[in-house]
Amino acid sequence: MASPYNDIVLEHFKNPRNTGKIEDADGKATEGSPACGDMVSLYLKVDPETKIITDIKFESYGCASNIATGSIITELAKGKTIDEAKKITWKEASEALGGLPKIKTHCSVLAVEVLRSAIQNYEEKHGLVINKEDTTEEIVRARLKKVMNPIKGLDMVATHLVKEIVIKDGNVRIVLDLPENHQFANAIKEDAIEKIESLWDIDKVTVEFTD
Amino acid sequence: MEKVFYMDNAAATRLDEKVLEAMRPFYFESYSVATSEFGYSLGLEAREAMEDARGRLARYLGADMDEFIFTSGSAESSNLAVKGVAKALGSKKGRHIIVSKIEDFPVLYSARTLEKEGFKVDYLEVDEFGFVNIDNLEKLITAETILVSIQHGNQEIGTIQDIKRIGALCYKKGVLFHTDATHTFTRVPLDVREMNVDLISVSAHTIHGPKGIGGLYIRKKTPIAKLMDGGFQEFDLRAGMDNIPGAVGFAKAVELVTDEENTRLAAMRNKIIEEVFEKIPDVILNGDAVKRIPQNANITFHYVEGESITLHLDMYGIAVSTGSACFSRSLEASHVIAGIGGDHERAHGSIRFTLGRFNTMDEVTFVVENLAKIVENLRKISPLGKG
Repeated sequence: MASPYNDIVLEHFKNPRNTGKIEDADGKATEGSPACGDMVSLYLKVDPETKIITDIKFESYGCASNIATGSIITELAKGKTIDEAKKITWKEASEALGGLPKIKTHCSVLAVEVLRSAIQNYEEKHGLVINKEDTTEEIVRARLKKVMNPIKGLDMVATHLVKEIVIKDGNVRIVLDLPENHQFANAIKEDAIEKIESLWDIDKVTVEFTD
Repeated sequence: MEKVFYMDNAAATRLDEKVLEAMRPFYFESYSVATSEFGYSLGLEAREAMEDARGRLARYLGADMDEFIFTSGSAESSNLAVKGVAKALGSKKGRHIIVSKIEDFPVLYSARTLEKEGFKVDYLEVDEFGFVNIDNLEKLITAETILVSIQHGNQEIGTIQDIKRIGALCYKKGVLFHTDATHTFTRVPLDVREMNVDLISVSAHTIHGPKGIGGLYIRKKTPIAKLMDGGFQEFDLRAGMDNIPGAVGFAKAVELVTDEENTRLAAMRNKIIEEVFEKIPDVILNGDAVKRIPQNANITFHYVEGESITLHLDMYGIAVSTGSACFSRSLEASHVIAGIGGDHERAHGSIRFTLGRFNTMDEVTFVVENLAKIVENLRKISPLGKG
């Protein structure tokens, strides 16, 4: 029997384009989690004048289709303006690869989501958010759902790590049910701050630990 | 076909040509059914071959000839053992059974089916190496308990349970004990008298025998009900065409396994583990290092996902399996890795190597060398494990 993956998918899997990290990225995002066995991080460099994506890199923890869709999405987005890139659909990503096995469709959805999140991250950091709603506890919580708790392999909200969220005068205080000296404490803290501080009306994020 | 480095022998093995030779006459010469002793000559020959095979397999387990029945494989054997005992004793003695959490699917899903039918099932926890705790097992046994089913060696992580102690406990408590020995039969000693097991599932497909033949040891007087209706074959415990070539091939396959071979498999297994630990950082051995079936190594490679590893290995002709959800059709991660307390990442990054007669030490070296390159490359593009 032939492989469930076509030659284009296999080629991108074997030689993924634009892999790695951009240290001084203008926008970045991570979607998925090790628990799902699918995780993609995406980094953008955007021209401030033209809003064209000049450089894009991705990292993937996942199966062949995860790697291939990450690769194709960087190819599709590179050279496009952020508004054009936002409109790329998972169907386009899948079609550009010549199709994916049905059970792996979620991989192309994930690739599109991470691109959109990275663009959103760029827009927030650069004051380009049009719909400026006040940050609420729900918004903070929704964002923390994208932060992994490596101890459980699920996000930090689902695993009840978030004990308290206080929002006041542009400051967000998050209390985590975790000892400060825990091996993952710092990683979770940094990840959480990164997800929240880009919100347009937030100046400062502090993360505290119980005991 | 290009050279294949086949290390998925727990799933299926290449047939040994000597086995095929032993089977051949029963396809082309004595190809009839096994007739009764009053039947025609051809049928008598077939019958004699089948009974000879049965006798040899029974003796191998320390059992009598009338305590071993042929089935289509260990999946059927385990279905018959678990459901057959439940059917025989469910309305007489009780409706409680105990299985370990990391059983292979035939036992696990037979238990779930019984649960839907109103049986109470306890899924016994295992420790981080995959061992059941025998004191905990004792606490779960009640007057209602009719069967304990705990595997001999695990299909994924290779952990060997202390069957002798479990058997002694079940004997003391008057509870029937079934063990799935699919991955230990001929590889790890198993003797029904010494270990007090009432039912044992075995299969030919894991030991270079033919596919589609297995067996169930059933201790004399064990209450068990037939599941497959039709003829009266196999002491009226299983209707169906006698698989005479299969039975002959199964007995031959058992005969061909030697202690020397098992020692060689263990040496190759150890080499895989040693070389991986030497060449690749951030790995964990799944299962116990010592009480482990000789043909199995199971290792998690952190920060990478198993399907990506297996697909890259496949490009070198290397066949292994993984506990990753992405690899499976169901997208469910290994219940065995979860059972030993592993998180999803540990299951997703786990690779199982299972060795067989036709593997060599050189193949092990080739596999580990390529694996090291693949893991390194996948880690380069992984967002995990860089903090």
